[in-house]
Amino acid sequence: MIGTGLLVIVNRNPVASALCLVASFVFMAGLFVLLNAFFLAVIQILVYAGAVMVLFLFIIMLLDLKATADRRPNLFSYLFGGVVAVALMALFVQVLGYLPAGEMNAANLPAADGAYDARSLGELLFTKHLLPFLATGVLLLAATAGVVLLSKRGLGSDSTPPETSNPPAAP
Amino acid sequence: MTEITLNHYLAVSALLFSLGLAGIIFRRNLIVIYMCMEMMLNAANLSLIAFSRFMPLGAAGHLDGQIMVFFVITVAAAEVAVGLALIVALYRQRQTTRVEDLTLLKF
Repeated sequence: MIGTGLLVIVNRNPVASALCLVASFVFMAGLFVLLNAFFLAVIQILVYAGAVMVLFLFIIMLLDLKATADRRPNLFSYLFGGVVAVALMALFVQVLGYLPAGEMNAANLPAADGAYDARSLGELLFTKHLLPFLATGVLLLAATAGVVLLSKRGLGSDSTPPETSNPPAAP
Repeated sequence: MTEITLNHYLAVSALLFSLGLAGIIFRRNLIVIYMCMEMMLNAANLSLIAFSRFMPLGAAGHLDGQIMVFFVITVAAAEVAVGLALIVALYRQRQTTRVEDLTLLKF
């Protein structure tokens, strides 16, 4: 998974990069299964590796992006990015050093039959977390309206303003 | 053979997050930058699920991490749709997705 994640950022070709990201998501779903999050593993495959990445590939092919070499290597960007990423990783390692690791064994965990299935997740979703769930629905509606508004040809370039008084803000 | 502990999952998550950040800074293509951002969201999801799994089973809210991941996935899907629509609108205006060519807001 880390290897495919690395391939995402070193590939010159955006299509190959997107396919590596799909592989990374599928491996991530495997890790979710290992962590007993079966429902989320399925959602990960369906939504991320399925819908979102198909959307990405569709846009890449629609815009007809080529595998372009950098015009100039932009050494400063590489240097800065490497320094920031390594610094962040060092920070994470330092934080991980503080955690007590010994008793957090996966083997010591009790076998949780039925405690992590979709039913308990759904019950929790519709009782304790009902308000965020409904807010998510409103967010999806706003995103849909925003995408339709953004995709209208000639937005902002023509003189007539759109009919809607307040366009929905991008989340 | 060492046991898999919580720290292993967190280390994988941290590594993937750092890779995503490095990709956002390295790459010049707007769409690839967007994909790296998805990778960072996914790394955060992994650590949330790991925390949820390693909570005691009877504890209050031991599934809350998974609920959080559910919301993160939903919001990420909405955000991808809006962001890609923005990119397409930008491409119509400028015929490019390289960040070097999009310097309208650069001081």
